[in-house]
Amino acid sequence: MSNSCSCHAQLTPDHLAEVDRILESYRGQPGSLIQVLHKAQNVIGYLPREVQVKVAEKLDVPLTRVYGVVSFYSLFTTKPKGRHKIHVCAGTACYVRGANQLLNKLEEDLQVKPGDTTEDGKFSVDVVRCLGACGLGPVVTVDDDVYGRVHTGKLADILSKYDKE
Amino acid sequence: MEMYRSHVLVCAGAGCISSACKAVQSALQENIDQYGLAKEVKVVETGCMGPCDLGPVVMIFPDGVFYRKLKPEDAAEIVSEHLLKGKVVTRLLHRQPGDPDQVTSFDQLDFFKRQTRIALRNTGIINPESVEEYIARDGYRALGKVLSQMTPQQVVDTIKGSGLRGRGGAGFPTGLKWELTARAAGNPKYVVCNADEGDPGAFMDRSILEGDPHSVLEAMAICGYAIGSSKGYIYVRAEYPLAVERLETAISKAREYGLMGENIFGTGFNFDVEIRVGAGAFVCGEETALLASIEGKRGEPRPKPPFPAQEGLWGKPTVINNVETFANIPPIILNGAEWFASIGTEKSKGTKVFALAGKVNNTGLVEVPMGTTLREIIFEIGGGIPGGKKFKAVQTGGPSGGCIPEEYLDTPVDYESLTKLGTIMGSGGMIIVDEDTCMVDLAKFFLEFVQEESCGKCSPCRIGTKRMLEILNRITSGQGREGDIELLEELSRGIKDSALCGLGQTAPNPVLSTLRYFRHEYEAHIRDKKCPAGACRDLLTYYINPELCRGCGLCAKECPAGAITGDKKKPHVIDAAKCVKCGTCEQKCKFNAIITV
Repeated sequence: MSNSCSCHAQLTPDHLAEVDRILESYRGQPGSLIQVLHKAQNVIGYLPREVQVKVAEKLDVPLTRVYGVVSFYSLFTTKPKGRHKIHVCAGTACYVRGANQLLNKLEEDLQVKPGDTTEDGKFSVDVVRCLGACGLGPVVTVDDDVYGRVHTGKLADILSKYDKE
Repeated sequence: MEMYRSHVLVCAGAGCISSACKAVQSALQENIDQYGLAKEVKVVETGCMGPCDLGPVVMIFPDGVFYRKLKPEDAAEIVSEHLLKGKVVTRLLHRQPGDPDQVTSFDQLDFFKRQTRIALRNTGIINPESVEEYIARDGYRALGKVLSQMTPQQVVDTIKGSGLRGRGGAGFPTGLKWELTARAAGNPKYVVCNADEGDPGAFMDRSILEGDPHSVLEAMAICGYAIGSSKGYIYVRAEYPLAVERLETAISKAREYGLMGENIFGTGFNFDVEIRVGAGAFVCGEETALLASIEGKRGEPRPKPPFPAQEGLWGKPTVINNVETFANIPPIILNGAEWFASIGTEKSKGTKVFALAGKVNNTGLVEVPMGTTLREIIFEIGGGIPGGKKFKAVQTGGPSGGCIPEEYLDTPVDYESLTKLGTIMGSGGMIIVDEDTCMVDLAKFFLEFVQEESCGKCSPCRIGTKRMLEILNRITSGQGREGDIELLEELSRGIKDSALCGLGQTAPNPVLSTLRYFRHEYEAHIRDKKCPAGACRDLLTYYINPELCRGCGLCAKECPAGAITGDKKKPHVIDAAKCVKCGTCEQKCKFNAIITV
């Protein structure tokens, strides 16, 4: 069942109800568009078209503007992400300490390019611009866990911690 | 109120959190409870203390003993020996290079004793979630003084007199900015704190927000009083969730204590602050883009003038200051303009916080008076370059800045001196690079960054940086041609003159500055097809030094391309035709026998 990810990413009625609740508290405040999108993405994991339409209606802004904002900011995504999100910091300090090798290794091991999700929906890999933990570069985060001084030999160990499911 | 005989300060800055300081903290607390010391010893979680590389770090007061690189299993010894018997655990102290005696107290360490902490005065010392601890260190006293004893004009004059300049990078005089906004027609007015610290390698604002959030809130209220505003916004990057959390706590505490909201200190002055979280766009650090983003729009910059002081948020007069700038305000109000102006150089007053990162021993956060030399910062405070490698350059100002080579290490750092060297102060990131870093590759890194972060509104930035990046890709992959350097220079001039905002106008700086000091590296790539630093993969050949190779076979086993052969205990060889230049053999070899030329 290599496509098990789709069930995780599916938009459920619960999700939509939650988005409605969020929108209720911001009704008629077009300036809060970004805050609303953050909250909606926290609930669903991504921002499918249906949700963007809903947001546009409730905040009374054109759909084009909602999509314009979603596509402008790199943290908003219209594609579902993996169950575990790997972020590789590519700030200068991490870069000079070898962040690129980590990305290459991840690409090799997981067969996934930055911005994409593995076929089984387990991991998604993204590049971030400086997490501000420069003293410990290169830095990788998996979900909320932060790993410092990572090298290619350490990656497999780190990822194996997320094998449980 | 409970009195404690000793305080155990556990650093919970971003660096120490990544080094698992939470486990150390709970182990300390467990041991303290076990030994029945809970009423005598208090564990305090603080913001960043600075020496990130030594994390997790702990300071024990009143003696100021500094322990580093702690593991949870060290907790029992610290509690049973230090806290119970009063004996310092020497094996956990920091040993300075060239210093046989271990120093016990933090203020004897080179890293701390050469610093002057104004913006970071509370960071790493107080619990950032406790407004009481902030108040105990003179917190909100400056706001009280301003509201009860000073007119708005006097506040503006004090800030002007102090000589404080914007710490976000451009160095515009803060007092003048306040004055222009105060005089501008239009109502309401707004105070905005730019906490969109996007320069890769800079984390000073993060540390202040996480370690001392009230200092920023207090300063914003002071600014509000000075310019006649009752509403502030803090725009924080989404990449800093802990900073957002700490700010939320601080704002609600300040409201609860009547330090924010209606009728502050019963003076009739109202001021409140709202947090706006960014969504991952570097260009939003540019002030007009940031304002657009607060308004919920795409973060695209617009031409200036009009400046935000005239037409800012929702078209109203707005002051935008950076986090570190605000953090300097309360001490200036309390100690006076002359005190602040007595620190620093003629044109750059006060201190500057720098984030040391890259190839330097003591990575972390330091605050030094303006005019301190680069050598002092990198070698005396930063402890020099690790692994016996040679210093090559220091990069300041992020993607808008440039690099400074060894011969200028004795330059006193201020806004003007760095500009003269072809770089900028920027927000304070200092990335140190050693002989292993290729300067062409470093310039390429920054251009890739700008390319990706360009908002696309103006063509010099969108297309010009793309063309420059193509040339750099060509050079680093061995396809460089004569005339490429001149073409890069021409494009750089064009982009500098015609891009719409600061991001675009400064985008060519990393290329121009590496060309200025390391032109020979460009030439070596183009003419000799060689990378002098041995960093550009396409220009490298891996080979095994037969004198050092012991024939252990580890490299042959690990090589993904099967390019290494040889008999056991005999020197191995790499087949250059098969080698994919992944560098695995170099990492695995225990005898440093793999060489790149």
